[in-house]
Amino acid sequence: MIAATPPTEIKKNFFNQKQGLASWLLTYDHKRIAILYLLGVTFFFAIGGIFAALIRLELATPAGDLVDSNTYNKFFTMHGIIMVFLFLIPSIPAVFGNFLIPLMIGAKDVAFPRLNLLSWYIYMIGGLFIITVLLMGGVDTGWTFYTPFSTSYSNGYVVAAGMGIFIAGFSSILTGLNFIVTIHRMRAPGLTWFRLPLFIWAHYATSMIQVLGTPVIAVTLFLLVLERGLHIGFFDPAYGGDPVLFQHMFWFYSHPAVYIMILPSMGVVTEIITTFSSKKPFGYTFIAFSSVAIAVFGFIVWGHHLFVSGQSAYAGMVFSVLSYIVAIPSAIKVFNWTATMYKGAVRLTTPMLYALGFIGLFTIGGLTGLFLASLGMDVHLTDTYFVVAHFHYVMVGGAIMGFLGGIHYWWPKIFGKMYNEGWSKISAVIIFIGFNLTFFPQFLLGYMGMPRRYHVYPPEFQVLNVLSSAGASVLAIGYLIPFCYLLYSLKYGPDAPPNPWGATTLEWKTQSPPITQNFEVTPVVTQEAYTYTTEEVVHVG
Amino acid sequence: MGEKSFELFPVAASSIAGHVDALYAYLVLVSAFFSLLIAFCVVFFAVKYRRKGDELPKPVDEHSIGGMVLEIVWSVIPLGLSLVMFAWGASIFFTESRPPADSLEVFVTGKQWMWKIQHIEGAREINELHVPVNRDIRLTLTSEDVIHDFYVPAFRTKTDVLPGRYTTEWFRPTKIGAYHLFCAEYCGTKHSGMVGTVYVMNEADYEQWLSKGSGEGSMAEEGQSLFNQLGCGTCHPSEINKQNGRCPNLNGLFGTTVELNDGTKVKADEAYIRESVLYPQAKIVAGYDNIMPTFKGLVTEDGLLKLVEYIRSLGPAEGMPSSATPVPTQTSGPQPPAQPTANSRAANGRAGAAPANRAAPGNQ
Amino acid sequence: MDSETVVAPSAAGAPPQHGHVEHHFEDASQQKDAATVGMWVFLVTEVMFFGGLFLAYFAYRQAYPVAFASASNNTNLLIGAANTTVLICSSLTMALAVHFAAIGKKNLIVLFLILTLLLGGTFLSVKAYEYHDKWVKHEVPGYNFDCRTDTGAPCADAAHTPLFFSLYFGMTGLHAMHMIVGVGILLFLITQARKGRYTPAWHTPVELFGLYWHFVDIVWIFLFPLLYLIDRSAMPK
Repeated sequence: MIAATPPTEIKKNFFNQKQGLASWLLTYDHKRIAILYLLGVTFFFAIGGIFAALIRLELATPAGDLVDSNTYNKFFTMHGIIMVFLFLIPSIPAVFGNFLIPLMIGAKDVAFPRLNLLSWYIYMIGGLFIITVLLMGGVDTGWTFYTPFSTSYSNGYVVAAGMGIFIAGFSSILTGLNFIVTIHRMRAPGLTWFRLPLFIWAHYATSMIQVLGTPVIAVTLFLLVLERGLHIGFFDPAYGGDPVLFQHMFWFYSHPAVYIMILPSMGVVTEIITTFSSKKPFGYTFIAFSSVAIAVFGFIVWGHHLFVSGQSAYAGMVFSVLSYIVAIPSAIKVFNWTATMYKGAVRLTTPMLYALGFIGLFTIGGLTGLFLASLGMDVHLTDTYFVVAHFHYVMVGGAIMGFLGGIHYWWPKIFGKMYNEGWSKISAVIIFIGFNLTFFPQFLLGYMGMPRRYHVYPPEFQVLNVLSSAGASVLAIGYLIPFCYLLYSLKYGPDAPPNPWGATTLEWKTQSPPITQNFEVTPVVTQEAYTYTTEEVVHVG
Repeated sequence: MGEKSFELFPVAASSIAGHVDALYAYLVLVSAFFSLLIAFCVVFFAVKYRRKGDELPKPVDEHSIGGMVLEIVWSVIPLGLSLVMFAWGASIFFTESRPPADSLEVFVTGKQWMWKIQHIEGAREINELHVPVNRDIRLTLTSEDVIHDFYVPAFRTKTDVLPGRYTTEWFRPTKIGAYHLFCAEYCGTKHSGMVGTVYVMNEADYEQWLSKGSGEGSMAEEGQSLFNQLGCGTCHPSEINKQNGRCPNLNGLFGTTVELNDGTKVKADEAYIRESVLYPQAKIVAGYDNIMPTFKGLVTEDGLLKLVEYIRSLGPAEGMPSSATPVPTQTSGPQPPAQPTANSRAANGRAGAAPANRAAPGNQ
Repeated sequence: MDSETVVAPSAAGAPPQHGHVEHHFEDASQQKDAATVGMWVFLVTEVMFFGGLFLAYFAYRQAYPVAFASASNNTNLLIGAANTTVLICSSLTMALAVHFAAIGKKNLIVLFLILTLLLGGTFLSVKAYEYHDKWVKHEVPGYNFDCRTDTGAPCADAAHTPLFFSLYFGMTGLHAMHMIVGVGILLFLITQARKGRYTPAWHTPVELFGLYWHFVDIVWIFLFPLLYLIDRSAMPK
């Protein structure tokens, strides 16, 4: 399967076809824009990670001895805002989606390349706002911006932070719009919907959420900024407004936003598992439609964040049962991934380790979601560390494991270099262990009743908090190792062949790294995405 | 909470806690089963089907191993197990949403960053709540500023405390002791300092504590003096069957249905009384003019609770036709919120609010 | 390994068939399809964007019917209705501009784009006058807000009337911002049309801007009855 690359002089590729800083900052090439995004999200991940480290350091002791309460509140707020809006949401779609969607569907670029570059600039401007807020002294509302605290009581830079998220949101909207049109209109001849790689299906579903959900958070923040800045009341009871309406509007976006983070990761994991099982994914159509189902049902479960917020008990029941229904497509995916390995030829490469780690962590994250969807259980658990642990299992254990898996899987394609397998496997294992050590104790803390966003906590919670902080330091080391060997590989790593893993999707049919126009000739597709043997070719129609 | 030792499971000290823990056990079992099943399959397949040499596996025909059947099985079984979780959780939630009749009333006001608690007999405390064991306790909660959340882990219950409206929380403590009270909704700088202690005492100790605490008379009495101090009584008659045509009689009002001048009907609950004091023009009783000034800014949240308590103490008395309340209702089930800002968790179970067991103030 | 990848005619190698087809599209029809789908998806996001405000409007109208009824009497029905007519006419002129672009009448494209611009400008000027009027009457929420009826008495349930005016300014303000963006794009289209850039074969920008302009128009068609009409006679007497 591995194609031999004829030894030639330096091949033309999208890195060396144009040179100079301007050729990067003014590029319309989706691959270069993906790399610009990679730099951006990595930067913000590092910033958000520093805040995470400070939070865990403070929580190693029950007293508030490292920083004062106000500073601590700013730590977790900045951690949340940066990680959610500037890392998790753009991470996989903007980096891998941008790089791979045109390659996987045999197109030369996304439908609107200029808009794509504009999206990156909008993202960076939004990020600049957040960094400015950070330098000016931060904001202490929590990433949820609940009113009336955020509009009338907070002493942080709420308007600037709100504007930053508002702006970054448009980057997300435009990226989603670009992907939808690209997937609809730019597919290579013969590439029908059911021949698409499942990564594309996952991104299609993600883009639907971005396009439908993000405008709602935008208008919500618009109203929030008006209320904070001009005292035009919408949510503050002092102006006759309703703070619960804010929560409804906020979660109408922010719950589906969780699926913006996890669906692309599921797409990555599907690609990795099928490649390293050398086998067609089990239940292609079920995986494909479960992505769409998650996107659709994800929009009608937001009220499960408001079970104790004073919404009616009947609304609570509806949202609870819908939340269980949205869990089923996720379960289907997990079972199908597992079944894909059955009778395959499994290779435990680094990307595969991340993918299997994803399955484990996402399973726990998903199952603990069932606890929180249960009304009577949620009354006890909501706003405790159980919630914190749950969404970190989904977002860190899920989205970031998928992101790292994707980095390791497509690194040879993007940069044309192989990295060190030994180090990468070691770091994958360290991350898995460190992650569980950090966040599993938080489930226990949550059931014990430790509320989230607590700077100071009763001493009986200390043992579990120390465990969690210890795990965080292991996790931090795990995240630092890939920085080193990946950067090392750029200069000293061996050249990557076009298809080092023996994968079947279109991006592996072109050279590594690809040329600017992706393919020498536009590919024509005559069979399904995952065809590992030539015998099967004939029956496809 | 007394000892600071390391624990892994919270003490269960309310009648609902056992039910929540049982549901938790079920959820943990189901989760553990599926986690281990998946983990086992992943590891087993990874070892058993590891790639040897360069050979590709034979393609597996999904139909031959019953692909569709498998998909249905692993969709339907989790769905079934989930719906059990839903039904079980919902039934606990409904119990939590409906305070039993004859609950002991306690009023809670949250503010940055403290809990102010008033007992109906007049005792007041800050960041502490003393309650008798094995009695149903019903809290009526509101906030003076931002959103807070009244959370007692040992009772497995919490409720958001919202500015501008009343919410309800109830529990029946079953174990004597001292338990953590946390604010669970982030409320600003000293959020983690907005904590307190709930003391569950036996009946005798509680009575003794109560007798020490109440110096200024019951809440209804304090409400009455506030009522007079604000001049409400100069217009609103509170004697039975007395009318002056300018202001509705408040006697026998509470809990009944009031007809408004636009023909709609509204239930006279805590939220309605509160709104009528602060925004008197929002709902005008049929047959009356829009003449009442607003008392916004003149009365605190604590004061409002006292006024509500005073008006509640005025009735409805049994069999006594009340002039301003043409259609008395006797609902016991949940009903549509009287007005959108009324928390329906609070609106539910208001039947229990009938003040049969309450000491009426002297003027009646 | 390339069994399914066969050689297709390379667009890069083919002679440029049309000046406006960008490099990454196979042909003009794919490019036009992509642009049209993109515009519709964009309008969907706009619907969601305004949707949040409509949700807030309906929630608060339900909660405070008296305040909304009273405050909506303070909108100027005559001016609002006239402005609605102006906007509907601008949609007609825009549709005609698209029509003449499709049949290649350059001067008529320019004429009707300019008419659209004038009508849009009229709408915005009238809106500015209305805002000024509200400002003078202390009907802008915030400090010095004071809602009064024609007779000078305070509005009914005056405490909740700021919500109505907050929504009024929020919704019409957002709408006006869309109009201003539209006017900017119109200026660009007019200069391009004068240079004869738009032909029957390629006039996608005019066509897509038409979609946008109609959308903005439709938003107003919902705003006008909700803010000016629906509660006008609902005041309990």
